Amino acid sequence: MDAVIENLPTYWRGFTMTLQLLVVSGVAALVLGTIIAAMRISPVASLRGFAMVYTELVRNTPLTLVLFFTAIILPYLGSRLDYIVAAMIGLSVYTSPFVAEALRSGINGVPVGQAEAARSVGLGFGQTVSLIVMPQAFRMTIPPLINVFIALTKNTSVAGGFFVFELFAAARELANANGDAVIAILLGAATLYLVVTIPLGVIAAQLERKWVVQR
Amino acid sequence: MSGSSVLFDAPGPRARRLSTISSVITGIVILAGLGWIAWTLAQPRESGGITLPGYFDPSRWDIFADPEVWQFIVFQGVLGTLRAALTAAVIAVALGVVFSLLRSSTIAWIRIPTAIVLEFLRGMPVLLMMLFILLVLNTGAFWAVVAALSLYNGALIGEALRAGLASLPRGQREAGLSLGMRPLQSKMLVEFPQAFRQMLPIIVAQLVVLLKDTSLGYIVGYVELLRVNMNNLASFYGNRYLFSLFVVTLVLYLTMNLLLSWFARWLSKRTAARSSGRRLDPDNPTQAVLVAEASAAARQAENV
Repeated sequence: MDAVIENLPTYWRGFTMTLQLLVVSGVAALVLGTIIAAMRISPVASLRGFAMVYTELVRNTPLTLVLFFTAIILPYLGSRLDYIVAAMIGLSVYTSPFVAEALRSGINGVPVGQAEAARSVGLGFGQTVSLIVMPQAFRMTIPPLINVFIALTKNTSVAGGFFVFELFAAARELANANGDAVIAILLGAATLYLVVTIPLGVIAAQLERKWVVQR
Repeated sequence: MSGSSVLFDAPGPRARRLSTISSVITGIVILAGLGWIAWTLAQPRESGGITLPGYFDPSRWDIFADPEVWQFIVFQGVLGTLRAALTAAVIAVALGVVFSLLRSSTIAWIRIPTAIVLEFLRGMPVLLMMLFILLVLNTGAFWAVVAALSLYNGALIGEALRAGLASLPRGQREAGLSLGMRPLQSKMLVEFPQAFRQMLPIIVAQLVVLLKDTSLGYIVGYVELLRVNMNNLASFYGNRYLFSLFVVTLVLYLTMNLLLSWFARWLSKRTAARSSGRRLDPDNPTQAVLVAEASAAARQAENV
């Protein structure tokens, strides 16, 4: 326990980096995912195809491989990115298809009748999507999106294996330095992860429970 | 909404032409972008006065003509990955069954601690769990990877199975009990087989996640596909082959994962056709579990 308290500054440094990774890649993944989801439902066939292939490929690539690419292969190919930026890019790209799928499944959850009614009143594609479908799809996408962010929080730990000093890397370093208090050190790091993931999980489960009956 | 065709008019000849044209144009733009990337990679580069060959130059790929390299990749790399994944999958499913039974126990002393442990396992990064097992229990890399993956995925499979159990009609259990079965008998012989079948797509989808996560073994030092290719082979043959080795690794991973996810999707379609229940998304197991839990809770509230 003493080892944990003594090293609180190191934990804090790691934890802020984890939060930074989470927020930046979360926002970037949200933007990228929305673009991909829009492509998935667009009338242009080649955009649909591209989005589908992208989703399928990225989702089936392990995150370790994505981060390996951004942290080791990209510099080898000649990029000069900071490791933190590289990790953020990797995490956003990896998370974006999950965001896109969450959005798409929310849109698919809106009954067809809604869109049909909107179309029969004379609204166009853009109007139907932005005024009728999206507002209803929005709340159905919240629980899956929270789940995506929980997964992202846990995934930031992989960046610790690729030269970014975040919570996992901090825990590893502290565990190596304090051989006699490994359990306490690692449980301390686990607690910090749980502080983020458990409240998010509770919110997601509650919202899902509230809305599942209405579907 | 099943078809997005509701969203726009059935296109007339002009709109169809417009759509085809824009489709072709974006298609060309996408292909041109990909082609540009490929072309850039294929160009020879100047580095410190020496010209290095492009990334698609045969001199960067010649090691793959050597069967010994493939032997190494397959028997050390792919086999290492599959060995860890298979062992972890078997243990995870077994753990999932145990967790789901403990979690749905009628005794609060068993149910509540299990719920806390499951919540703890689900909220923690697998990588941290691997490090914990590696350092604290000192098991060696293989068992650290397998144990962490089994615990994490076992917790998720357990939650899925519990949701499956909870969503069964109460009549199933009542019928079992009224035949004179003991509660555990009814659970194992009547309820469990149904829940397992209903949740099979989610379990297989979770196994895809498990297979993907074996690559985390790279960080804790387990010898699997990524480590064999990118560390062992790359340092043996030199950095010249780093890019080609990465491409081969990526293709191998994609093949394994895509095959397994297509299997999960096929299973999900088959179960949905049979049980006519709400189809659980096999692509996102965590969300599917959440939906299953919520519908089970709603159903139980109706029954009481």
